[in-house]
Amino acid sequence: MKHARVAYAGAVHNAVEVAGRLQLTDGRTPAEHEVVWLPPFVPRTIFAVGLNYADHVKELAFSKQEEPLIFLKGPNAIAGHRAQSRRPAEATFMHYECELAVVIGKTARDVARTHAYEHVAGYTVANDYAVRDYLENYYRPNLRAKNRDALTLLGPWLVDAADIADPMNLSLSTRVNGKLTQEGTTKNMIFDVPFLIEYLSAFMTLSPGDVILTGTPEGVINVNVGDAVVTEVEGVGKLTNFIVADAAFGIGREASL
Amino acid sequence: MRGILAESCDSVAPRAVYGVLLNFRDELAALGNAVDQKPYNQPPRGPVLYVKPANTWIGDAGRIPLPAGESVVEPGATLGIVFGRTATRVSEREATEYVAGYCVINDVRLPHTSFYRPALRQLCRDGFCAIGARVVAHDQAGDVAALTLRTYINGALQHESNTAGLVRSVPRLIADITEFMTLSPGDILMLGVAAGRPAARAGDRIRIEVPGIGAIENPVVAADGAAGNRRAS
Repeated sequence: MKHARVAYAGAVHNAVEVAGRLQLTDGRTPAEHEVVWLPPFVPRTIFAVGLNYADHVKELAFSKQEEPLIFLKGPNAIAGHRAQSRRPAEATFMHYECELAVVIGKTARDVARTHAYEHVAGYTVANDYAVRDYLENYYRPNLRAKNRDALTLLGPWLVDAADIADPMNLSLSTRVNGKLTQEGTTKNMIFDVPFLIEYLSAFMTLSPGDVILTGTPEGVINVNVGDAVVTEVEGVGKLTNFIVADAAFGIGREASL
Repeated sequence: MRGILAESCDSVAPRAVYGVLLNFRDELAALGNAVDQKPYNQPPRGPVLYVKPANTWIGDAGRIPLPAGESVVEPGATLGIVFGRTATRVSEREATEYVAGYCVINDVRLPHTSFYRPALRQLCRDGFCAIGARVVAHDQAGDVAALTLRTYINGALQHESNTAGLVRSVPRLIADITEFMTLSPGDILMLGVAAGRPAARAGDRIRIEVPGIGAIENPVVAADGAAGNRRAS
């Protein structure tokens, strides 16, 4: 089953996918564009794994690490399907990152990799932008580069774990204005999903609603205002996002008043 | 909009908790010339933020588990800014209008000397952020640029600092952070911890006192391998 949360006709609803369409709990079946898509669940702790695909590590000229590079994000960063993401005018390199996101469904502490999947509720698609101009070398990647408002998109669906036969064999792709720019497969993760759950739960308790963004393969390119960016994970969903300018957020308007 | 939270609250249920590394001048001084060398290459420009996730949150008297294989934890006496209004791109001049109040926090960590990569293993252990329940409204808190922060271990004063030593003041920090990330009601931003943190061992009691704001006391306990700590409040 695929689950969503949407705003429609004046209220927020839970919904599921039935025959390719949204079906609200109350039975209504609005079209995709008639609703506002919210993140399909309310995240608790948001983990993101950096440099987790051998090809992307090569692309960024880093050497392979002994343990995963994991950082955290705040609730300000999260938005849903068809959200707008602001590209600062001064930025020279802002890029998407198509990722498989793993949602925890059961408390996990000291979980062995052989039991890791028992703690997974489901999966969703993430697009976790970075604005590389703001990277600094203290607790890198720092929040100014990786935790900006509405630059971490989740959705459209939370797909039940039971519906994904092998999360470590899913193709990922990104299309910018319809053109394929990023391709990969979760087969190429350096630290796979069971490892990440074992690793994290060895030193901290994972709880339902925690989500792990598992990293992105090679093929990250700069995006520009006006771009429509679609990140897709096979069997999980297609997550659309629109790049907008500072002006849409009133930036620059203050100065001219 | 001041006083949105009562001056004294029974409990703090944060939405998100953020810390700031290197926001005390003595912390930066302790790094010395290292800031110009690899891997840092230059001194920090923006605030060096980190997230203290929900598994770290405990209340007054909550247990701080000493992780297996570790001998000490480092207490971190700090002040938490509790937000009462949604703050996006606010100016330094208006910043404190978004503050509901302040609380005492023990921002615990394991010792670490490299600040190059996000230090989840050192910062994000269960029970590593003890948050005082009492929130003192901004206009009741006195001069937040001159607050004393004291750390006692088993009753003995082990560390004292003052918010006069901050790199970024409360308003400056709020302005610089909300330039790129919104802080919302219930979010807590910790001001940072001064250099020279003491060490606490299993069996120790850590007390953080900020005169005018409050105090919080927590025991450090040996990890028993059970499923972590639970919030006390």
